[in-house]
Amino acid sequence: MKLLITGATLPNGEVTDLLVENGRFAEASDSSKGATVIDASGLQALPGLVDLHTHLREPGFEQSETVLTGSRAAAIGGFTAVHAMANTSPVGDTAAVVEQVHSLGRHHGYVTVRPIGAVTAGLSGERLSEIGAMARSRASVTVFSDDGKCVSDALLMRRALEYVKTFGGVIAQHAQDPRLTEDAQMNEGTLSGELGLVGWPAVAEESVIARDVLLAQHVDARLHICHLSTAGSVEVIRWAKARGIKVTAEVTPHHLLLTEELARGYDSRFKVNPPLRRDEDVQALRSALADGTIDIVATDHAPHPIESKEAAWDDASFGMVGLESALSVVQLAMVDTGMLGWPDVARVLSSKPAEIGRLVGYDRAFAVGSRAQFTLFDPTASRVFDVSSLRGKGVNSPYLGRQLPGRVITTVHDGYPTVLDGELVDAATVAESAGRLDD
Amino acid sequence: MRHLLSTRDLDRETAIEILDVAEDMADVAIREVKKLPTLRNKTVINLFFEDSTRTRTSFELAAKRLSADLINFSAKGSSVSKGESLKDTAQTLAAMGADAVVIRHSASGAPRVLADSGWIDAAILNAGDGTHEHPTQALLDAFTIRKRLHGSASRGRDLDGVAVTIVGDILHSRVARSNVWLLNTLGASVRLVAPATLLPPGVEHWPVELGFDLDDAVDAGPDAIMMLRIQAERMHAAYFPSAGEYSRQWGLDDERFNRLRADTMVMHPGPMNRGLEISSRAADSGQSTVLEQVANGVSIRMAVLYLLLSGAVEQGRAS
Repeated sequence: MKLLITGATLPNGEVTDLLVENGRFAEASDSSKGATVIDASGLQALPGLVDLHTHLREPGFEQSETVLTGSRAAAIGGFTAVHAMANTSPVGDTAAVVEQVHSLGRHHGYVTVRPIGAVTAGLSGERLSEIGAMARSRASVTVFSDDGKCVSDALLMRRALEYVKTFGGVIAQHAQDPRLTEDAQMNEGTLSGELGLVGWPAVAEESVIARDVLLAQHVDARLHICHLSTAGSVEVIRWAKARGIKVTAEVTPHHLLLTEELARGYDSRFKVNPPLRRDEDVQALRSALADGTIDIVATDHAPHPIESKEAAWDDASFGMVGLESALSVVQLAMVDTGMLGWPDVARVLSSKPAEIGRLVGYDRAFAVGSRAQFTLFDPTASRVFDVSSLRGKGVNSPYLGRQLPGRVITTVHDGYPTVLDGELVDAATVAESAGRLDD
Repeated sequence: MRHLLSTRDLDRETAIEILDVAEDMADVAIREVKKLPTLRNKTVINLFFEDSTRTRTSFELAAKRLSADLINFSAKGSSVSKGESLKDTAQTLAAMGADAVVIRHSASGAPRVLADSGWIDAAILNAGDGTHEHPTQALLDAFTIRKRLHGSASRGRDLDGVAVTIVGDILHSRVARSNVWLLNTLGASVRLVAPATLLPPGVEHWPVELGFDLDDAVDAGPDAIMMLRIQAERMHAAYFPSAGEYSRQWGLDDERFNRLRADTMVMHPGPMNRGLEISSRAADSGQSTVLEQVANGVSIRMAVLYLLLSGAVEQGRAS
């Protein structure tokens, strides 16, 4: 398959044609003949987005999402790679499970699916899972996380940090002190006190991060912190980085835009873990992403069936879908506010998450010879985000009915299109393209 | 008034109107024929996801005195005890033609979810939701205070200048929240007394005075002191070390009761833990309003049902 992209604007502002051949970028001046032409004039070309934090729910929770439906949600959002969290059933704590998820991703072909391995067997927080077997499996797992649960035992966390060094991996910590957040429902503060909802205090996140950066320093290991949500967490990460500790951090799009005020009406679409925080936290997270204290944006895409959200707040599930809306929300919160430029977006949503996950092929975006992973985005578009904007199974988006800027027009994964003219390429065609590449 | 979800939504005018209508309803209760035909052909459903014989019975009596058809729909322990089925339950009740749903739920905000959901068109009346609000309890408390202060001249009056002290587990108390907002709206000054562990986060932003020391609060001579029920299980979550210590520090014992002004009302929403948060002498004294509160509860609930179902208060008056 040969693609000629004409008049695309690269992140650095350069307007150019791009030739894609055999899955890679080629010299545009040569053999463009016979190529399928995609007009990208006026569109922002970005390297394929890489999500370090996705819940694909398969195996075990296929009523919420599958590898296929989650991959489609990712592609329409401009992603070409996602890292799938291990809290499936069975848990992704063995080579067999991660290889299954990995191979489903390859088969469907919309994105590269990289399974994340559980840190502890069964996410029980009691003993390490078979990290080595997962690292050496065909899925080549490099990121390990008990996400959804915190590795709260200090000794176990220490051992996990040390042990993954053996395989060049990283522990991605869901920082949440379990005792400080028993039955927690929303950010602890004046509003939780008024609403009578059990609070999730910022200190429950910050204290775990503080402990873990010190552990990472002590054993000289890499540490990644999932979904930072408080201004205090930013301060701890800033302090740790200044001391040379090998810590990276992510923020979700929703924590960059939404505040706890949305809980006021008890609409469970806004129930998420960690919870939406105060406006001061949102502002601190934005500044930290802009100055590099926070390294990346990751979606924490968390689909749920309708019935688990159509309930009283306490009874509803935590989580929001985010793959389809991520780039638009980042544009709204960071680009349109002048805090990030497009080269920065390319960094926080592609090259840096790929680097943290040791995902190859994302370090030289658009360079001749590099794998062709990219998306064409129309930042001038504006749309009311609604259920028809979603492509996964979950409709638990906090943005329904909201005006969002920007729209993904084209996504190309491994040199073949997964999204064209703003719509997904059909599953059979994508699977065929992916299969041809495998041959 | 379309629903009654919280006292926070009530303005002073509406609150006084409810209290005044309750005065009329109280007059009915002392007649030989205690029944009004007002809500004939209206269907009121008591939807209780949590046990509460007292509140349920009070609403039942209120609905029956207004000649409404009253159905008790106990969701506790049945297949509908979990939140996912709130929708199915609501739609079932809607299909049965409920005009009003009185809901008690362990989850804060459940009545609001029901009111906003579109699953059911009925008037929603919050009979206590989690640790959020219990608006009819606050209304009956305000009614009780006003009645004690002004007797038969109560109609039309607010609570300007009245000092009310609420003591105990404010953190978990829907009664305290509803009282704080309503008493404040009616012009009363509210003081909260509790150990720091049992005060809600952000309480310093509430329109109240705060204190940890019950003796100070007693000596300040309030017009009413409201003792909240303390659940002894709270000590297991380290809110306080023991029932004995709680009782010594925050219980209205005989000695503190003796130090109260002779006309200070002693209030309790019930059920009481005698000997823990309140001594028997205080509870059974002439200053105690505990039984008046129960009786007034029926009048208040009649008033609210009447106002919701007869459309007597124009929509929009309650914000």
